[in-house]
This record gives sequence, structure tokens and C-alpha cells, in this order.
Amino acid sequence: MSQPVQLPRWIDIGLLPLWNLCIALAVAGLVVLAIGQSPAQALGVMLQGSLGSARGLGYTLYYTTTFIFTGLAVAVAFHGGLFNIGGEGQAVLGGVAVALLALWLSPFLPAGLMLPLLVLAAAVGGMLWAAVPAYLQAWRGSHIVITTIMFNFLASSLNVYLLVNWLRPKGSMAVESAAFADSARMPALHTLAQSFGLELPSSPLNLSLVLALLACVGVWWFLWKSRAGYALRAVGSAPRAAHYAGIKPRLQVLIAMGLSGALAGMVAVNEISGVQGKLTLDFVAGAGFTGIAVSLMGRNHPVGIVLAALLFGVLYQGGVEVAFEIPGFSREMVVTVQGLIVLFAGAMATVSAPLFARLYKALARKEG
Amino acid sequence: MDEVLIGSLLGSTLRVTTPLLLCALAGLLSERSGVIDLGLEGKMLFAAFAAAATASVTQSTGLGLMAAIAVACALSMVQGFACVTHRGDQVVTGVALNMVAAGLTVVLGIAWFAQGGQTPPVPAEVRLTGLSTAYAEPQAGQWFASVLGHGLLSHNALVYLAFFLVVAVWFFLERTKPGLRLRAVGENPAMVDAAGVSVPGLRYSALLMNGVLCGLAGSYLTLAQNANFSPNMTAGRGYIALAAMIFGKWKPVPTLLACLLFGFLDAVAIRLQGVVIPGLGEVPVQLIQALPYILTVILLAGFIGQALAPKALGRPYVKER
Repeated sequence: MSQPVQLPRWIDIGLLPLWNLCIALAVAGLVVLAIGQSPAQALGVMLQGSLGSARGLGYTLYYTTTFIFTGLAVAVAFHGGLFNIGGEGQAVLGGVAVALLALWLSPFLPAGLMLPLLVLAAAVGGMLWAAVPAYLQAWRGSHIVITTIMFNFLASSLNVYLLVNWLRPKGSMAVESAAFADSARMPALHTLAQSFGLELPSSPLNLSLVLALLACVGVWWFLWKSRAGYALRAVGSAPRAAHYAGIKPRLQVLIAMGLSGALAGMVAVNEISGVQGKLTLDFVAGAGFTGIAVSLMGRNHPVGIVLAALLFGVLYQGGVEVAFEIPGFSREMVVTVQGLIVLFAGAMATVSAPLFARLYKALARKEG
Repeated sequence: MDEVLIGSLLGSTLRVTTPLLLCALAGLLSERSGVIDLGLEGKMLFAAFAAAATASVTQSTGLGLMAAIAVACALSMVQGFACVTHRGDQVVTGVALNMVAAGLTVVLGIAWFAQGGQTPPVPAEVRLTGLSTAYAEPQAGQWFASVLGHGLLSHNALVYLAFFLVVAVWFFLERTKPGLRLRAVGENPAMVDAAGVSVPGLRYSALLMNGVLCGLAGSYLTLAQNANFSPNMTAGRGYIALAAMIFGKWKPVPTLLACLLFGFLDAVAIRLQGVVIPGLGEVPVQLIQALPYILTVILLAGFIGQALAPKALGRPYVKER
């Protein structure tokens, strides 16, 4: 039992994660039963609400967009051998950067110039916020997990400070910035469709989804097709060997975290520029942590991450519908399910591996 | 007026320090045995919920405390199963526990009590109250009653227990055989194994003690500090406790000092809201609230001495055959 089990690839990256997901969902089903609700009804409402209508699908894909960004962020850091738990704070800083730039320039600049600048601002904001823990890890030897957690709290304090003392319009009670001009708003899909004569129900889904998919392709190309990505993965899997091969591990830590932070910062493009149109207090709302679940489920690969992000999009949108439709049900069930998925597909991912190994062996013997 | 200020500041510092201290000691026991505990927040939250739910339904302080400890220990055992028995990632396990706790407490709260995730208030006679009621409020003009009475002697039993536990944990780790073994398993598990002592056994017992302390921390929140449970009421205290433990360099007495410092900052932050300090202007409350995190980052970066973690921290032990 103490030997790691050798499993064929299709079991290892296909069957096992699905099995773990099923266990997590089964436990969630037990929780639903325990509070006296029907899991089948909840599942029905969830699927209907998230995939059953164009409007629901729009919301689902809007959540998916955010989760692709945070999932990719965790995955890139992971390939560099780092655990970035600070996606939450990096996204907040992305939002702060977007808001400052938008409040400053959006009255003057056209959308064609403003929007690329905002994407850049979001990425740079997140990147800088991730670069500090990366520097501290690489050059000062502090633990990246702890520093990024601390930086989550620091980011949220900074956001509160900026909103309360500087960005809140005079006389306003709500803790949020003034609204941006239209040029700083990422176009929503239903308005775009309208200009082509197509009628779509309104939803928060916006062009950021395209940006997220491009980011997936970019991350895939970078990690597996570029020289720089190779160096990063080399440090992630064997830092000493990589160092011996002439790759500077410290620099790679900085690159991995910088990219990771930039991806997390892009959440702000979807949430702040795309949906809110102003800086708000809690716009990340745990998406940084959901990214951990997404990346674990998606096995740190862009394709897996898109699928896992879609799964969590369905869970979040469906969860809202379930909480709305079924009395006594709360949205937090989604957070519970998310936690169970991280527990069973992440922390206990290999618990069932020996079982599968035995099954596979028995099967192979029968055929051979 | 000074005596009232000092008395009430001292009193509130001790009150907010207590849950931090219990939680930080819990983290210390687990981490000294080599298991990273990011799940402090979740365990404390779930324990707070269990204490409030049980105490308000059964009208019994003892049952509330027991439920909190049982729930926190159960979570610790799940943690042990994942990262001691199955060598899962310890950080991921902690994150998972926190998510499950944040979600499940609200789901159960709404299903059982239908009050938006809150539990019904715990009645005053069930709650933990100060041992001596004579000094409930600081009194102007009476130094003795305000500072010594209100500041130090007006608290409930859990406050004194928390401070006593610092000594107990120190004694256990530094002066007893099981304590020595627990420290050894966090530094060099192979050696402990070679000596014929079970590595998983030691780590599980450390996690069990960790659960008991997290249970106490959680019950303090709902049986003493607040009258009921509200969603996400720990609000990052588990992480501050973790920071305090690191700030205390994984040692009981320095951890106590770090907890007192962070507790003092918390108590002061509320009082400094909108106060203008001559020469500095108005100090933003957010800055004072962020100070524990800033200080921990600076310490970890090695700018204030060295923070040396247990050597085997975060590494699952694989027995060589």
C-alpha cells in the first residue's frame, strides 16, 4: 500500500477524477437529504436553472469566465511548483487598477483604446500583487502559502481603505466608486448580438469569455510549447536538476507567480469592467478560492480547467436558482459542494487509487 | 479618565486575545508534529456553530462545549485521514475544511433555525459569564477596580483557561516524553519511526489535541463573546491565529505575546476610529487592522529575526521498506 500505484493514463486523468467528483456529489446529496430536501429535485432545478434557458446559460458562462481565470492562475503557479492561494487578493488588486484607470481616463478615451488598456491594467495589478510574495519566497525564503494568505487580507483592507476614503463619491452611503463612463464597459454579449439583429435575453455574460478562452490557449502554448514555459515546468518538477541545467529557479518563481497573478487579476475585467461598471467591495466573492477547486478538478491543464470552470459555473448559477426556488435551501450549499470537491478530488485524490489498481489488475488478468 | 481607558483596553485586549490564543495553540500542536493547519478557521467556525446550536437548543453550557469540541475533533480526524493516512496535500486539506465549514454551517443553520444562517441567541444563564460580577464595568476614579478588577479579574473561565493552557502546552512540549516525541516527529519523523514510535499515531494525537483547542476557541465565540452564531463570524481570526503562531516562531510563550499584540491592535483599532493623532493626522483603521498581516509578512521575510518552521512541516511521511 505504501508503493505509489501505476495506473494507465485514462484511469488516472479520466476515471479517477470523475469517481472523486461523484463521491463529493454523493456526500453533498447526503447533506441535502439530511436537511430534509430532495437531492433529485435540487439537481433538477440546478440543471434547469443553469443550462435550461438562454438566460440561465448566459449567467452560467459568466461565472465560468471568472473561474477560468482563477483556475488558470492556480494552475500556472502549480506548474512552477508553487501553491498560489492568493488569487483572491490578486483579483482585488486587478480591480483596483482597472477602477483607477477607468475613473481617470474613461471620460476621454474611446472604447477601442480604453478596453485594451483596462485588460492590461487588470493583469499588471494582479501581477504586481503576486510579485511581492514571489520575491519574498525566492529571495527571502518566506513561505508562499502564508504570504499570499496575508496578501489576501491586505488587498481587501486596501480596497476598503481606498473605497471609504478616496473613491466613494461625496455624500454617497454605498461603499463603491463612481460609475465608469461607457467606454470602460466590456460589451455584454446580448448588446453585441443586438447590433447583429439577434435577440438574446440580457445576462452578465460579456466579451471577457473570449478573453478567458484566449488566455487558455495562451497558457497552453506557453507551458507546453515555449522555451520559457519549459523552464518554468522544469523548476516546478525538479528544482535542483533545473538549476543544474542552467535555469535560474528564483527568476522562475517570479515568472510563475507574476503570470499567475496577472491571470487572477483578469477576473476584474469580467466583474468590474464587464458587469459592475464601478469598483465594489466584495466583487471577487471567493472566486480566487474556487480557482483552487477548478484547477484541482481540471488537473492543471487548460482543457480540464475549461470543463471544471463550466462545472462550477453550473453549480453557482444553479445554486442561485435552487436557493430561489426551494424554500429552506441556501446558496451556501454551493460553497459546501465546492469544499467537498476540493476535499475528495484534491486532498484525498489518491484514496481510491489502490481500489482502481486492483480492479484494473483483475481486469487485465482476465483478458490476458 | 485614564484608569477607565486603561482598564477597558486591558479588558477588551484579553477578551479578543482568548480565541486567537486557543486557536494559535491548536495550530502550534499540529504544526510542531509536522502537519500544516490551514483549517483553523474552518474548525473554529464549525465549533462556534455547534456550540451555539447545541447550547440554544438544550439550554446547557456543558453540552454546547462538548458539541463544539466533538465537531472540531471530527474535522481534525478528517484532516488526519486525508493528510496523515493518505498523504494528501496538507494545504489543500485545510482549504477544503474551511470551505466545507463556511458552507455547511450556513446550510444547516438555515435548515434548522430558518433565521438567515443565524442560530437563536444563547440565553444569558447558559452563556459563560465573568467569574466576578463586581467589576463588570470600569469605574472612574477607582484605579484598583478599573485596571485590576475590570481589566484582569472580570473575565470568564475560558479566558483564564486559555492563558493557563500556554503554560500547559509549554510544559507538555518541553518537559514530557510524549511532548518530546511530538516535537521530534515534526523535525525528523524517520528517526521517531526508527525508535519504534508510530508516526501516524503521534500526528493523529496532535490533531486530536488541536481539535479540542479549536473547539474551545469556537465555543468562546458563541458562548462568551457573542450571544449567537452568525455566518462567517470567525472573519479571518483563524488566519490571524496562524499568523500569530508563526510570529511566535512555533513556540508557546512567544505565540502568547504575538496573540496579545494582535489582540491589542484589534482592541485599539475600534477605539481609534476617526481619532486624529497630533502630527500624524487620522490613522486609517484599516491600517491598524492590517498590521498583524503586515508584521507577519515582514517577520517571515526574515527582517525581524528568523522564523524557523519545524523541519518536516508539510511533508507527509513515507515509511521506507
